[in-house]
Amino acid sequence: MSLNLATLDTASLAEEARRQIEICNACRYCEGFCSVFPAMTRQKSFADGDLTHLANLCHNCRGCYYSCQYTEPHEFDLNLPAALAEVRQDSWERFVGPAPVARTFQQNGMVLMLSMVAGIGVLFWLIASLRPTSGEGFYAFLSHNAMVALFAPAFLLPLAAVAVGLVRYWREVGAGRLAIRHVVGACAQVANMRNLGGGQGQGCNFEVEDRYSNARRYFHQAVMYGFLLCFAATSVATILHYVFGWQAPYGLLTPPKLLGVPGGILLVVGTIGLAWLKTKADKKLGAVRAWGGEMAFIALLGFVAASGLALYAATGSHLVSPMLAVHLGAVLTFFLLLPYTKMVHGFFRLAALLAEETKKKTA
Amino acid sequence: MANVKDTASHLGETLWDVIVVGGGNAALCAAITAAEAGARVLILEGAPKAYRGGNSRHTRNFRCMHRGPLSVLTGSYEEDEYFHDLMLVTKGKTDEGLARFAIRSSEECLPWMEAHGVRFQPSLSGTLSLSRTNAFFLGGGKALVNAYYNTATDLGVTIVYEAQVKHVHLEGDRFTHVEVSVAGAPQQSIRGRSVVLSSGGFQSDIEWLTRAWGPAAANFLIRGTPYNRGVVLRDMLDQDCESVGDPTQCHAVAIDGRAPKFDGGIVTRLDCVPFSIVVNRDGDRFYNEGEDVWPKRYAIWGRLVAAQPGQEGFSIIDSKSIDLFMPSVFPPVKADTVEELGVKLGLDGAKLKQTVETFNAACRPGEFRPMELDGVATEGLTPAKTNWARPIDKPPYYGYQLRPGVTFTYLGLKVSQDARVHTLRGPLANVWAAGEIMAGSILGQGYLAGFGMTIGTVFGRIAGREAASRVS
Repeated sequence: MSLNLATLDTASLAEEARRQIEICNACRYCEGFCSVFPAMTRQKSFADGDLTHLANLCHNCRGCYYSCQYTEPHEFDLNLPAALAEVRQDSWERFVGPAPVARTFQQNGMVLMLSMVAGIGVLFWLIASLRPTSGEGFYAFLSHNAMVALFAPAFLLPLAAVAVGLVRYWREVGAGRLAIRHVVGACAQVANMRNLGGGQGQGCNFEVEDRYSNARRYFHQAVMYGFLLCFAATSVATILHYVFGWQAPYGLLTPPKLLGVPGGILLVVGTIGLAWLKTKADKKLGAVRAWGGEMAFIALLGFVAASGLALYAATGSHLVSPMLAVHLGAVLTFFLLLPYTKMVHGFFRLAALLAEETKKKTA
Repeated sequence: MANVKDTASHLGETLWDVIVVGGGNAALCAAITAAEAGARVLILEGAPKAYRGGNSRHTRNFRCMHRGPLSVLTGSYEEDEYFHDLMLVTKGKTDEGLARFAIRSSEECLPWMEAHGVRFQPSLSGTLSLSRTNAFFLGGGKALVNAYYNTATDLGVTIVYEAQVKHVHLEGDRFTHVEVSVAGAPQQSIRGRSVVLSSGGFQSDIEWLTRAWGPAAANFLIRGTPYNRGVVLRDMLDQDCESVGDPTQCHAVAIDGRAPKFDGGIVTRLDCVPFSIVVNRDGDRFYNEGEDVWPKRYAIWGRLVAAQPGQEGFSIIDSKSIDLFMPSVFPPVKADTVEELGVKLGLDGAKLKQTVETFNAACRPGEFRPMELDGVATEGLTPAKTNWARPIDKPPYYGYQLRPGVTFTYLGLKVSQDARVHTLRGPLANVWAAGEIMAGSILGQGYLAGFGMTIGTVFGRIAGREAASRVS
């Protein structure tokens, strides 16, 4: 697009999105694609909070871009997926501070990758220096207490930062009071990723331009369900440990492994798929400045999953110690940087769908 | 499989079964149909890829006869009602046989469209009145155009963009080749066994428009593609093809005066007129703004505004009415007093104030109902406003400049029911026409929403079928 969005500040990004949305709102041909366009029709003028809301509601399916009569070289020069992606990216950086830190990791894939290497280094050092005298399985290399002491704060503090961001988001977009039906409505949309379905289940316009494809939707579902399964595996293991006194290592036919192994495989497949699609799709229809950061995040997430599977495969061998360091180092990086990577989009997307449900019902 | 990368220089080496001139809905329907019949098809689209699809890229729906619920269409819409609706807008200027044939054929078109990649969606917000008669395209006309280009590509159709056809060569009653310039390259001949002409009207040739309509046409805005310059239409008329439709007329609506000269499309429409008063450059009203509901009146306002000095009008409302119509693409001019609004619009503020006061004084109490003819009318005012006549007295005040926006021209090639083009000496053996270039046969005056796509689809398919059958 003609404006160089990458160098613009919050106000200019909002102004460009507003310009485009006002054109869209006079057209409305795209109403059938996703949640953004019906939401748009509720008003004639758009405050900054409205733009933040629409931007986070947008799943970047690109249906609107490829069917738009007003894309370049037309003088209206619409590129709504990019304009909203920029506002969305900016909103995460504003809400989940500190902004310079957020911007660094969101935009710079190299920094993110180096952080992972550093995280792995830290774990090698910890395992080398804190090696317990007794313990079974992984705990022979790093005691359970050490792991908890490291990962509890590394997990909870970033989540707290995201929570603060979500509260800010909720206020800025002026969402209503949340009811059970809103949660059900939003979760249903997350579960099948309706907004990547193109409105009729035909998929979005991503890797094959103006042809529809469900590849992105399916790979993304693999990532989401894979992640949730891994998260469930860890949660179940925590319960087994503390409530039932059943400690790791767990065999293949135990709940943590029955959840974690398929989850890890789904994550690996999904991240490889998403990264591959991303190389095929047109960069200019997203937040160009965040492309590298997004790619690195996909790599990090995929690496977390793959190293977890490798660690399990290494059970009993002399590779357990190095693999443990590699996996836990990647996990540590993933958690610590969670508020400043593409990972936040999951939280904000859910929040946007919830907010939209509250707005829809009161409209 | 042939594809768009075929270099233009090799095009002349092939004897194509079917050459399709144009790249909009009708052209694509013809190309797909011919390719499915086994023909070797070449599409010569005058626009670059980004602007492919002619005026079809600006459309949004397809008016379809149906005897029961069909796809997204509710209820039924039978031949007689459809034809009656057509007669209302054309005031009888239609070829009944051809019109009824197009209407009857529309029913089988919809499933065909879906089978060839077009997706429909329920009626858009603000268009509920069309949910029974018109099937809306998911994403609009450009999405339809994309779907058809993909289908054509998959069928092995060769597509060339920026292909300006300068001449369709006839020998006796037979087409032999086209003269075409691709992307500015020197003209070359491309031979074909048959040709389908679907290259639209001439509304983007402002000079032609000016010759036909008068100098005022220089101030018209063209709502659609700048590539419909009527070169092929002119070429065929020069070769004694039979024409149809009033050569001096075009379909024009009143649109936002700030719209681009070309290609402004749907967003430049303004739906505020019924709730406003419309004055000309001199600050005088000139027509009953509340004559009927807007969908039935918007089409006459192009002409009305075209007849005013400078071909401009100014629609004035107050804050009571600002939310009663679809949002405009550009924000209205806004002021706290009528006089100031007039000045901001480039009018004589005092004169506008006087016109508004005169209008306000003629308004009578009544129950204002924006969605129907409410009979709230002026008294003793010329011209009267016979519905929605509320005083304009609640600041802030808003104004929009109006200009005529040309949608299409009526002059076209006369065709028979098999889409065949005729000369004064009789039918041509292997030349067919479909879409806007022949729509004047059916649409002699006025316009019926979604009917242009009906004509294009019905006759595009017939032209494709007939053209392919001549080569097998």
